[in-house]
Amino acid sequence: MTTSTTPSATDLFARALRYENRADPYPHYAELRRHPVMRMDDGSWLVSGYREIRQLLHDPRSSADRLDPQNKIPKAARSLLMQDPPLHDQLRRVVTQEFVPRVMGMRDHLGELVGRLLDAHTSDRPGQLDVVAELAYPLPVTVICELLGVPREDEALFGGLARRLTRGLDPVDTQTEEELRELDRARGELVQYLEGLIIQRRTNPGNDLLSGLMFHEGPDRVLDPIQLRVTLGLLLIAGHETTVNLIANGTLVLLRNPDVLARLRTDPDLATPLVEEVLRHDPPVQISGRSALADIDLAGTTIPQGSRIRLMLAAGNRDPHRFEDPDRFVPDRRENAHLGFGGGIHYCIGATLARAEAQIALTALARRLHAPRLVTDPPPYRENAILRGPEHLLVAFERLTPDTPPVS
Amino acid sequence: MTASGAAGLRSGRIVVVGASLAGLRAAEALRDEAFAGELTLIGEEPHEPYDRPPLSKAVLSGRLSCDHIVLPRVRNIDAHWLLGTPATGLDVPARRVELADGRSVAYDRLLIATGTRARPWPVRAGGGLDGVHVLRTREDAERLRGALVAGPSRVLVIGAGFTGGEVASVCRELGLAVTVTQRSGAPLTSALGGVIGRAAADWYREAGVDLRTDTTVQALEGDPSGRLRRAVLSDGTVVDAEVAVVATGALANTEWLAGSGLAADQRGVVSDGGCRAVTTDGRRAEDVFVAGDVARWPHPHYFGRLLRLDHWDNAVAQARTAAHNLVHGPGDQRVHRPLPAFWSHQFGRYLKSIGVPALADQVVVTQGALDQRRFVAAYGLKGRLVGAVAVDSPRVLDGYAALIEARAPFPPMLGATDGPAHLDPVDAELPGRAAGSASDHDPGTPSALASAASAHR
Repeated sequence: MTTSTTPSATDLFARALRYENRADPYPHYAELRRHPVMRMDDGSWLVSGYREIRQLLHDPRSSADRLDPQNKIPKAARSLLMQDPPLHDQLRRVVTQEFVPRVMGMRDHLGELVGRLLDAHTSDRPGQLDVVAELAYPLPVTVICELLGVPREDEALFGGLARRLTRGLDPVDTQTEEELRELDRARGELVQYLEGLIIQRRTNPGNDLLSGLMFHEGPDRVLDPIQLRVTLGLLLIAGHETTVNLIANGTLVLLRNPDVLARLRTDPDLATPLVEEVLRHDPPVQISGRSALADIDLAGTTIPQGSRIRLMLAAGNRDPHRFEDPDRFVPDRRENAHLGFGGGIHYCIGATLARAEAQIALTALARRLHAPRLVTDPPPYRENAILRGPEHLLVAFERLTPDTPPVS
Repeated sequence: MTASGAAGLRSGRIVVVGASLAGLRAAEALRDEAFAGELTLIGEEPHEPYDRPPLSKAVLSGRLSCDHIVLPRVRNIDAHWLLGTPATGLDVPARRVELADGRSVAYDRLLIATGTRARPWPVRAGGGLDGVHVLRTREDAERLRGALVAGPSRVLVIGAGFTGGEVASVCRELGLAVTVTQRSGAPLTSALGGVIGRAAADWYREAGVDLRTDTTVQALEGDPSGRLRRAVLSDGTVVDAEVAVVATGALANTEWLAGSGLAADQRGVVSDGGCRAVTTDGRRAEDVFVAGDVARWPHPHYFGRLLRLDHWDNAVAQARTAAHNLVHGPGDQRVHRPLPAFWSHQFGRYLKSIGVPALADQVVVTQGALDQRRFVAAYGLKGRLVGAVAVDSPRVLDGYAALIEARAPFPPMLGATDGPAHLDPVDAELPGRAAGSASDHDPGTPSALASAASAHR
């Protein structure tokens, strides 16, 4: 027997997701990647090689239906994230057409928001800042609320809901009974909240994204009331629970690499490739899922039709067959075709917005924080394994200066 | 390979004939590969290397001026540029390129990247008339743009391949009346076959194009001052038009190689998988390499047939392979085996192809449907998947690419949620394959590949 020396896929996966490994799951992902496609004891499949993940993201034989036995939501009432063509394509077109024009030309506004958030902590004396609570979280939340036309005051309500719901994305056996009951309650509360919002907006439409989705005109069928609510919920939660981790993970890696931080301070152009490298090196979304619509031959094995598949995006991002020296953070890495935003027809709709938010936030931190250092390394992490990121990111600094334009 | 031998390949004189996409990218790749010797680029056109795909799209529609299509430089190549001086001859034993201005340039190693040109309209059938255009260079595009802006009462496009479709599409955008003639029964047939071609015919007609299939132009006729006035078609009808665009494929620029001993004709220059030119008696010309639109080489993935690809992606990839092999010894040579890919924008649609649909004997729609806006069609040859075409759904094509590379069976079992209940392959209707068809093309070089040229010109 060799079981003692070669742990099963199930064991490796469980180990990678264990909370004690949350701060650095990457060595465990590397273990997984030794077999880029593995079958788990429950019959589901784990894919952790870059090439294999990329293929499945683009493969017409992949369905976005995770076939999650825990998911009791009827198929028609699931978001476009879990839908397949042709319905997916129709929904995505409507969302893209309403979302993209509202995001374009937003950079200046994002700069103002970041400036304001940091201005509140400007200090010419040593101090501390929780980058998650004071910047990484409020920035994307404010932006998505403004975009959707959701009152910022309601944040106390739906912010908590978003947290509870995203925890529900993690594998069910990593959650407690109490958490699962809590999840059902949270779903119910969110439905109520969103429906109230929709009723209010239907009688009082504006120029926001919610009104746009509601009254969208085009060749595609208008979102029915359920899809409208589900899409609104998706955008609200996605806007809450992903970019926060991108900014926090980016801040963390900058503080761990003071030379890179110094480069960013003097060279704002570095922000673009640097954010891509954060998305590769420590992506906010660690895992995605699919199911097989047909038998799929991959990496010398066959994933049978009807199988559930987990795509270990964060493991693929560190695949040495695709990325040279993959564990190293290289802020100006070339040809960085990471999996941080997924790929194929479900590629992140908010990618442009998330990039801009992170580029602007990280550049402002680099310019305005003087002599910053991590108070605790690693910082405390949130429970979530899939949408993974620090709970708090306490940074001590000598000074936090008012904004000054970059030296050109 | 000894160290001195390797160092030897990094020095000396490399001459690149052809200063467009393949030539420039090869020159850059040579420097990336640490080639430290003398580098000379010879170009027929007087311009810095520029990007051709926009010519039939954004430039023609006026969204982009020719000042904005210069190819970005990836790195400094420290080269000697001889622009506006076409090569007129090659002496392989003497290692010398002859130029039109009488000079000659000596080389140690040579890269041929002279590309193709638009097949001209015969002068005896009206090709010399004012108002008859082709579209290949930036001057062509600027001239044609000027002619379209002048507001002709009708534009005649000869040939419904990729260039023809893109030109007709831009004309409709500009509100111009357009007649398109096509020798076969539908647009795009030589590249994609009749099944997809008939779907494309609907795009033409929806856009208000007067599409005449199974029709050729007998003659273009002008007025006494030599201006184009009308075209006489094979069905005897006459089309009044002041502008005609000849989009009937491309010819390889190989005249300058006549008598060189290289296997070169209007179909291209034959090379091996490592981009080395082949002589007429089948030997490899060790120090002469070929890349880009002008190259014809045996693609290992496609049964070793000689392929010539007028594809943007191929020019870049082949330039890199050639550059690598130019400066590396026999132990470290690469084989050029990219999966062909090209795209086209026409009639508001984004069409992307992967693999070589033109080789197929069967086709099947795997996602969407032909009468919908978006669909994917898979192409098979003898039970193997060889290509795929996606209309307005490019994101799935990488999935098909992996299947093609894995030599997946055809029809592919996908189970796609937007696919038909069961796959029903039909004859791909590619003209080169039909028994007794009057194809004038070498069966080893599907005519499709020549007209696919136009895809991103």
